[in-house]
Amino acid sequence: MRLRYLLYTVIICSIVALFIPVVIWSFTYQWFYPDLLPEQWGYRAWEYIFGPAGTQITSGLAQSMIVAAITAILSVCLGTPAGRILGLYDFRLKNILSLVIILPVIVPPLCVAMGLHLWFIRLGLTESIVGVVLIHLTFCLPYAVFVMWGVFANYNPEYEDQARSLGATPFQVFVRISTPMVFNGMVVAGLFAFLLSWSQYLSTLIIGGGQITTLPILLFALINSGDRPVAAAVSLVFITPALLALVFSSRYLGKQHLTGIQ
Amino acid sequence: MTMNAILMLGPALLTIIVLFGGGLVLGILQGMGYQFSSGLSQLTSAHFVSILLDPDFFWSLLLSLYVSITSTTIAAVISVPLALFFSSIAHRNRMVQFVFQIPLTVPHVVIAVAVIFMMSPSGMISRAMGSLGMISNPSAFPLWINDTWGIGIITAYVWKEVPFITLMIVSVLLHTGKAYMDVGRTLKAGRVQRFLYITLPMIFPSLGAACLIVFAYTFGAFEIPFLLGRTHPILLPVWAYKNYSDVDLFARPEGIATGIIIAVVVIVSIILSGLLARYARNTAGIGRT
Repeated sequence: MRLRYLLYTVIICSIVALFIPVVIWSFTYQWFYPDLLPEQWGYRAWEYIFGPAGTQITSGLAQSMIVAAITAILSVCLGTPAGRILGLYDFRLKNILSLVIILPVIVPPLCVAMGLHLWFIRLGLTESIVGVVLIHLTFCLPYAVFVMWGVFANYNPEYEDQARSLGATPFQVFVRISTPMVFNGMVVAGLFAFLLSWSQYLSTLIIGGGQITTLPILLFALINSGDRPVAAAVSLVFITPALLALVFSSRYLGKQHLTGIQ
Repeated sequence: MTMNAILMLGPALLTIIVLFGGGLVLGILQGMGYQFSSGLSQLTSAHFVSILLDPDFFWSLLLSLYVSITSTTIAAVISVPLALFFSSIAHRNRMVQFVFQIPLTVPHVVIAVAVIFMMSPSGMISRAMGSLGMISNPSAFPLWINDTWGIGIITAYVWKEVPFITLMIVSVLLHTGKAYMDVGRTLKAGRVQRFLYITLPMIFPSLGAACLIVFAYTFGAFEIPFLLGRTHPILLPVWAYKNYSDVDLFARPEGIATGIIIAVVVIVSIILSGLLARYARNTAGIGRT
């Protein structure tokens, strides 16, 4: 069918096209208006980012990684048991609980961060990794709970009973049955909790007080500085984990869709 | 509930309630003038009142509503035919599926950068028009970024939200679509009739639920309007943060109060969305939304 391939082309182009100028800018040395392609190409931006002059950016990369990794691990560790209860059992308060879990994912972090800021100052949590991780947990943890809830809704606990009846200890059941059965789901929950934290700008700025300079904070400064090639290159570095997460999750989840992530 | 269940659910729930609930409660208190030094004695609604009477707030609210409603509507109009197309093809193209999900994961900051490079007066589109001789210099290019009508902001949101709405509708169509369509066909309903009387009512609640989520999300998001918007009037989240970070400390409670107003709008939309989603489940017998 010709129409189908025409539509495929339109869809792919309208999504990919947005990034073409970003890629070109990152390899630009000189690009005058109104040329469609740069006068002079070059690796200046990339050399700058990963070279000795770009220590600020590599340290931003490291800070982003640390914050997002800790947030993701905590989200999965706390979210998996909660998701199990919500997915496997029915109880009265479940409707309310689902609201309590979905609200923090969508209510803007701005509102919560402004409210918590004063309290975090009192507790000495501002301008620290701990404070930033806590504010990111506000929405990453509910997201992980939500994903694991879905995973456990399709989970059959009878396998655990079978293993028990065959003489496995509870610990063996946990390690050999329960965990492997939901492991892919945990990876996906972790990846997307990582991404949510990775993409945060404003809540990091408010709670981190400019001391925790993650990649998005540097990117905002770069956009205002007007150095387009470097802003473009940092943008590309910044979306790499998003694309990796997508590759992994499409492999792990197969046909299931990734709705819900913003 | 057993002890075990409480132990498993408790830590996550407690963390969420303390951080999220605590943030909102402290926000409300601070919006009412609470400070640690003065205690709870001097709570006042003055900040909320002064915001609601501020013409700047009114324009920001109007602009925010305009941007969110417009981008949600455009995204929905694009998503419905796309979803019908995706659900009608039996063989899925993995490449298309992968690319289609990219906007869901790309951070707002990067979308803003890409939109600037594409749509600003010296952006790609302007360059293309310049090379074709349609315009002579960047200043002849229409203002699409930092403009009156929020064209750049709306473009960024539509680009990001179309896949979300589309995938929500596709999942409804795949779960329930076929059987009803077959019944319609047996009863000799034509293509248009099937769309109007079967497909549209079937996807309508889920479409509404998805749109409300997108509305709520765009209404409260900060990065894109901050980078692509005008300096005046500004969208509500930008207004809230501007007041919050103002050197004038009296502006701070107003910033927080604005944040609470945004949160209320978002929460109401999410509750409505949840009700619509439940309605969709009950009427169509769909497993999930």
